[in-house]
Amino acid sequence: MKLAVLGAGAVGRAVVGLADEYGHTVTAVADSASAVVDADGVDPEAVLAHKREEGVVGDGDPSHALATDYDVLVEATPTTLGDAEPGFGHVRGALETDRHVVLANKGPVAERYDDVRALADESAGSLRFEATVGGAIPALATIEGVGPSRVNAARGVLNGTANFVLTRMAAEGLEYEHVLAEAQDLGVAEADPSFDVDGTDAALKCAILANVIHGGGYSLADVDVNGITEIPPSALDLAAEEGQTVRLVGEVTDGGVRVGPRLVPEHGTLAVTGTTNIVQLETEHAGRLNLSGQGAGGAATASAVLADVDRLD
Amino acid sequence: MSDPANRTHTLRLELVDEPGELLRALAPIADNGGNLLSIFHERGSLTPRGRIPVEVDLECAPQRFEDVVAALRDAGVTVIAADAEHYGEAVTVLLVGDLVAADLSGVLESVEECSAASVVDFTLTDEAGTDGDASARLRLAVEAGGASDALATVREVAAERELHVVEPLVGDA
Repeated sequence: MKLAVLGAGAVGRAVVGLADEYGHTVTAVADSASAVVDADGVDPEAVLAHKREEGVVGDGDPSHALATDYDVLVEATPTTLGDAEPGFGHVRGALETDRHVVLANKGPVAERYDDVRALADESAGSLRFEATVGGAIPALATIEGVGPSRVNAARGVLNGTANFVLTRMAAEGLEYEHVLAEAQDLGVAEADPSFDVDGTDAALKCAILANVIHGGGYSLADVDVNGITEIPPSALDLAAEEGQTVRLVGEVTDGGVRVGPRLVPEHGTLAVTGTTNIVQLETEHAGRLNLSGQGAGGAATASAVLADVDRLD
Repeated sequence: MSDPANRTHTLRLELVDEPGELLRALAPIADNGGNLLSIFHERGSLTPRGRIPVEVDLECAPQRFEDVVAALRDAGVTVIAADAEHYGEAVTVLLVGDLVAADLSGVLESVEECSAASVVDFTLTDEAGTDGDASARLRLAVEAGGASDALATVREVAAERELHVVEPLVGDA
């Protein structure tokens, strides 16, 4: 397959770096300021070095990336809320010209799922977005395998930053602000971690899960969202006295979609530690399925993107 | 002792009010691989049959729970119910915020008034955090299947008083 990769953050760069190993050719790479295009395949090493040294992937205009010859658009630009632009426009452009689309960007399927689905239905190209939920964890492929109608509920810990903070607070008895600063020093939390700690990131992933399980109709606005910023160490102490702990849990049930801090058994399945994510599915005939693993990181998330590419027709 | 594959279970027992009964009831749990997490011994509150209700939280390997229940029954211990779905449930919930300003006893009253829940226990942290916030842990006894309604009431009452709620996952082990 010929891949056009939009977005040169950790995931986009890792896709460029790993594509050859998966037997694919990258014909275009673009970041917000530039693009590099070669119908015979760009040189991944050279592109990544250019990005590292110059801060941009190449000299071309970013809008030229989708004018080249490609089979699959890998959309890995930053997630945006509301109209999900510019990601949505990229998806539209690819599907309207009958290309496949693989998303790492949550915006289009979290905020405008029904619009994206309609475009995909009209297109000869397919749409996949495994990487948008739980990073490396094959959550959506598992739901697809079980059959969305046979998944009665999904819940999970879907934000590594929030989970790292809660884990450290419980282990060390430290205040939220202190642990967050530590997480930022370690590179676990971003300079502006609000999407992670206020629950927005987990809520977007839950909206996507709800769309997959219920066949659409959900966006961030449909999710009841609470973050972890108000949780003091004393709350974690009280939980620990009863063999419990607190996790930022996202829940998709018939009753709705919720994200918030919840009490879970300290040694229970959902109490994953550090930056680990978990997705738990309640299925009609197969009981409970637990999938845990790396929920973020360039190579881990890129592996989900490339697995999607392999699943295309 | 704790194994990540273990599941948490709640047992509701009724004990005769005699010395040594509690110990006798707990032995079969440990003997069958159960790890006791908490014991809620409601001394002073008697069941209609004049016995003492005891609630035991334990964790064990998934396949051992049936053994624990069977061993208890073999030992002559009355098991009223095993796990929440079979009986009146106990749910634990945390409240966080300025509990003094929020009038915690008023919160407890409102929860009991508005839902079919009774507050069987509550614990406060002794010191407030840097911003004056404190935490409380409430243990509610609710009728079977009533946990969601009771938690919805807690959410409402807490929101009115600007408290944050950390709810349990109802229906999850």
